[in-house]
Amino acid sequence: MAKLKISDLKKIKEKVHAETALREGDRRVRVTVHMGTCGIASGAREVLDALMREIEESGVSDVVITTSGCMGLCSREPLVTVEIIGREPIKYEYVNPNKMRQIFKRHVLEGEVQTPFVLARGAEIVK
Amino acid sequence: MLELSHHILDIAENATRAGSKTVRITLTEDTHSDRLTLEVADDGRGMSAEERGRALDPFFTTKKVRRVGLGLPMLADAAQRTGGTFTLDSAPGRGTRLEASFGLCHLDRQPLGDVAASLVSLIAGNPDVDFVYRHRHDAAEYVLDTREIRQELDGVPMSHRDELKLISDNIVEGLEEIGSEG
Repeated sequence: MAKLKISDLKKIKEKVHAETALREGDRRVRVTVHMGTCGIASGAREVLDALMREIEESGVSDVVITTSGCMGLCSREPLVTVEIIGREPIKYEYVNPNKMRQIFKRHVLEGEVQTPFVLARGAEIVK
Repeated sequence: MLELSHHILDIAENATRAGSKTVRITLTEDTHSDRLTLEVADDGRGMSAEERGRALDPFFTTKKVRRVGLGLPMLADAAQRTGGTFTLDSAPGRGTRLEASFGLCHLDRQPLGDVAASLVSLIAGNPDVDFVYRHRHDAAEYVLDTREIRQELDGVPMSHRDELKLISDNIVEGLEEIGSEG
């Protein structure tokens, strides 16, 4: 049976501890992929997959991924929120893997908001 | 939903939002009885009797931001249209357990799809929750238990990119080894 090797896990542990020692802050950006039923049915998992590949390829370690539920705008899914610490969150609508790659390269890495894909700025409030 | 793995992701995401610490996902492919069974059990806050009674009503939800709740009704429908069954057991403070069985070779059964992607999405998005994924194919079995991995990682977040890659490769390899037909 396929078994995760302890030696592989140890290598990851050592690598992460070395990375942590090299940088001061833990998190610079939080990217939230909305994973309600509507989001998943619209392709949110594929969007998250594209995001994880970009993070892996770029080698950055200060980007945190989270998932959240439906925020009520099912027809605009998949939705992704990018929150650079200290700046207002940006919500992107109708995201697909290609748009996600562009958002990651231009917004997450370079700070340039991808206006054509933006749904709203700021955080939603649930009443 | 196009794939059963999308349903798995959806139901398990629900479980994490119900405050679960551990979510157990079990898939059983039984070729002798021609059944594919999905079981998801969590230790979250559970449902009241009223919520449980209306859980399969697409126009019922506990959410405030919309008026429909389609996750469970769609899974139940997907199971029933393949000649399968759907059961839900839940109580406040005791968590929730659901079981959906499908006709394994039924023409209308959705393909299992990319289970590895769903599990990795769950782990990446919910690094503080543990997932136990068990996949049986007749006598063969594959198990992924993030509690064991967490113990070895000693404080390293489960969502680290190298960790997720390792887990994804392991699931793909494990499902190939047991000869999953999903």
